[in-house]
Amino acid sequence: MSEDLQFANPKLKVKDLNFFYGKYQALKDVSMNIPANKVTAFIGPSGCGKSTLLRTFNRLYELYPGQRAEGEIQLDGNDILAKTQDITLLRAKVGMVFQKPTPFPMSIYDNISFGVRLYENLRRGEMDERIEWALTKAALWKEVKDKLNQSGNSLSGGQQQRLCIARGIAIKPEVLLLDEPCSALDPISTSRIEELIDELKTDYTVVIVTHNMQQAARVSDYTAYMYLGELIEFGLTDNIFIKPKRKETEDYITGRFG
Amino acid sequence: MSSAIAPLNKIYRRRRMVNALMLFISGLTLLFGLFWLAWIIVTLFYEGFNALGPSLFTQNTPPPGSNGGLLNAIVGSFLMAMMGTLIGTPVGILAGTYLAEFGRRGWLAPATRFINDILLSAPSIVIGLFIYSVYVAKVSHFSGWAGALALSLIVIPVVVRTTDDMLKLVPDSLREAAVALGAPAWKMIVFVSYRAARAGIVTGILLAVARISGETAPLLFTSLNNQFWSLNMNAPMANLPVVIFQFAMSPYPDWHRLAWGGAILITLGVLGLNILARVMFRR
Amino acid sequence: MTATAAAFETSERSAYNQPPKPVQRVVWMDAFFKNLTRFFAFFVFAMLAAILISLVVHSQLTLSKFGFNFLFNAEWDPVTEEFGALVPIYGTLVSSAIAMAIGIPVSFGIALFLTELSPNWLKRPLGTAIEMLAAIPSIIYGMWGLFVFAPLFAEHVQPVLIKTFGALPIFGPLFKGPAMGIGMLTAGIILAIMVIPFITAVMRDVFELVPPLLKESAYGLGATTWEVVWRVVLPYTKIGVVGGVMLGLGRALGETMAVTFVIGNAHRLSTSLLAPGNSIASSLANEFTEAVGDLHSSALIELGLILFLITTIVLALSKLLLLQLSKREGRET
Repeated sequence: MSEDLQFANPKLKVKDLNFFYGKYQALKDVSMNIPANKVTAFIGPSGCGKSTLLRTFNRLYELYPGQRAEGEIQLDGNDILAKTQDITLLRAKVGMVFQKPTPFPMSIYDNISFGVRLYENLRRGEMDERIEWALTKAALWKEVKDKLNQSGNSLSGGQQQRLCIARGIAIKPEVLLLDEPCSALDPISTSRIEELIDELKTDYTVVIVTHNMQQAARVSDYTAYMYLGELIEFGLTDNIFIKPKRKETEDYITGRFG
Repeated sequence: MSSAIAPLNKIYRRRRMVNALMLFISGLTLLFGLFWLAWIIVTLFYEGFNALGPSLFTQNTPPPGSNGGLLNAIVGSFLMAMMGTLIGTPVGILAGTYLAEFGRRGWLAPATRFINDILLSAPSIVIGLFIYSVYVAKVSHFSGWAGALALSLIVIPVVVRTTDDMLKLVPDSLREAAVALGAPAWKMIVFVSYRAARAGIVTGILLAVARISGETAPLLFTSLNNQFWSLNMNAPMANLPVVIFQFAMSPYPDWHRLAWGGAILITLGVLGLNILARVMFRR
Repeated sequence: MTATAAAFETSERSAYNQPPKPVQRVVWMDAFFKNLTRFFAFFVFAMLAAILISLVVHSQLTLSKFGFNFLFNAEWDPVTEEFGALVPIYGTLVSSAIAMAIGIPVSFGIALFLTELSPNWLKRPLGTAIEMLAAIPSIIYGMWGLFVFAPLFAEHVQPVLIKTFGALPIFGPLFKGPAMGIGMLTAGIILAIMVIPFITAVMRDVFELVPPLLKESAYGLGATTWEVVWRVVLPYTKIGVVGGVMLGLGRALGETMAVTFVIGNAHRLSTSLLAPGNSIASSLANEFTEAVGDLHSSALIELGLILFLITTIVLALSKLLLLQLSKREGRET
């Protein structure tokens, strides 16, 4: 692990994390510190475990029997893999956005209020404010402010994804997990989301999984390269892309992979 | 930025309670469903085993107050179900073949599929009424054939549906391979598609037989009933469901006992066919 | 799909390049086979219309004599030859409504359990057991209802219902009268048990259609299982769920034997759910073979026509809704 990270202010500390799909081991002794209020990107070939690692941060894998994680992940010093950790409260602190836009089958307004109501009992006016705030943060407010009652499905793909980001930040999480958020979007929508990610890091710790190396280079402060379930290299994005320490990383980055 | 969650324990507790309560109720609904199944089957075994005995299979339906069995009804049911299946199956398979193999363009296949699904759940008593109107009333007597015809009309939609579904599961690459060898379409369907979908189609036929074995309503106005031994399909014919209906609705205890005997025979037969169909299909 | 269609054409075309005699046979056999299957497909297609037409023709007498009054007349007297369908229509609708009121929530609960809560190894046996409820012949439900359920119901449940609800101002009349066991409420309960497997099966199927990502994003916000199902899964699948409910309703409306055993077969209009009544199907089952005179038969066939029309409309709606859902599914994936 590179020097600069030792001193970074870590939001998430991963220690000796192993992950299993049944008998198959998908993560092998992963340890890393994810710094607060920065964008950290996970890159690597498909199947390398980058999404798996991301999904341990909000324990989403627990939806599926047979998947389990061993080791320790600390969020602000608390072990979130501990049995005593309440999963709902964890997910309130760790929001997530997925590969494809997933608007709920309800209005734009309700898409956002759905999550907020899970945790807060707001009066109508307060809720309106919160929704405007979240949509503004997600750079969507101007486009949808006159059609908050329309179905979330009526938006374009890029707008839907920004709606999902707004939905995620409306509950005021501390960490935002983005699992290939632009993989289903066109280049223009992608660049808007990328700009958005850059703005979000002032308030949130952002972790993004991407299969697109240019995107990682553009949006992230730190980059982790993973291969076959192992963390090969983790460091400042500039270092990883310009002078990687490991040969495997260099091969992947320069396209000589495989 | 601090977490927005800390002071909201009340909402959170309520949500967890609602969740636990609803999931608990969901478990109860499952038990509710299983409860009736268990109750009905236990009743059947309890009452039915009292009635089971060799005479059930060797004697005909008796007049009230004397001993007897269900031989004529068992044989009649068997004959009519067999004839109904023999008439309905080819019709169903051929119609289903059209839907899956030829009907990929045009209106007939989707329209037929739609109507077939309605027929699948249409009230069976109306099927009986239909056969009565177009056949029984014309020849002016009830008959085993009329019963078999009514049953065949119930077989058809079941077989059409499964044939269609199963043929659609056959990969097009198989068909293309056969056609590429120079096989004409009909050979391709008979020797490739049917063979590939065989297990599914047989499952459908078994389910259809199971369905008609317990049908009562369409037989009431078609085969009626016959207290005596008769193999004449042109005359009213005894059958288990209608005998059960008449005997159960009667005031005589020994008829009730025979009705329970018939009930357990039918249920075991129908459930057995259903399970057999499942096992076949899984293989 | 078009690949096969094209393959058919090429097979026909290449057939022309072969020696003439076998070609003739191949073309002839192909055409024969295709037209044979088309004939039977058309046969199935025409069956619905044939049933409808035959019912209309054979109920001509009462159709022309009573017209629309038939629907609203509560009289049913073979002696004076006065026939009206109101009582059986009412009984059919009330018993089916009770069946739906019980069957829909229960089916939803079972589908929820089987899709979200059940451990994988239990899914199949539990699902099969619920499906077996549909395999039990309706006459068995009827017998069991008459001999086992109704007496217990009359002894233990109905008196409680009469005592608790009978005195209420609005609902009171629904629960008045002697506890006889048989009646519309009993018929409705047994119908509910019978439609549960059908509604459950459709709900399970459509719940499985919900994209895992959509559920994950709701769980990712911290929603509980119940919140995910109630707020996301159910709205997402509502068309299909309504389709399943309609399918169950179609079944309940047309169910004959189980109802005939327990509804009481009384041609009487009663506000009380505990009172015996009659449904269309049970009137047919009880009276048709003993109908005296052409007018009586015609009236019964007209009852059958009404039943067939109602169930066909309900089932067609169900089918349309389910088709709409699968079309949307096809577009999105």
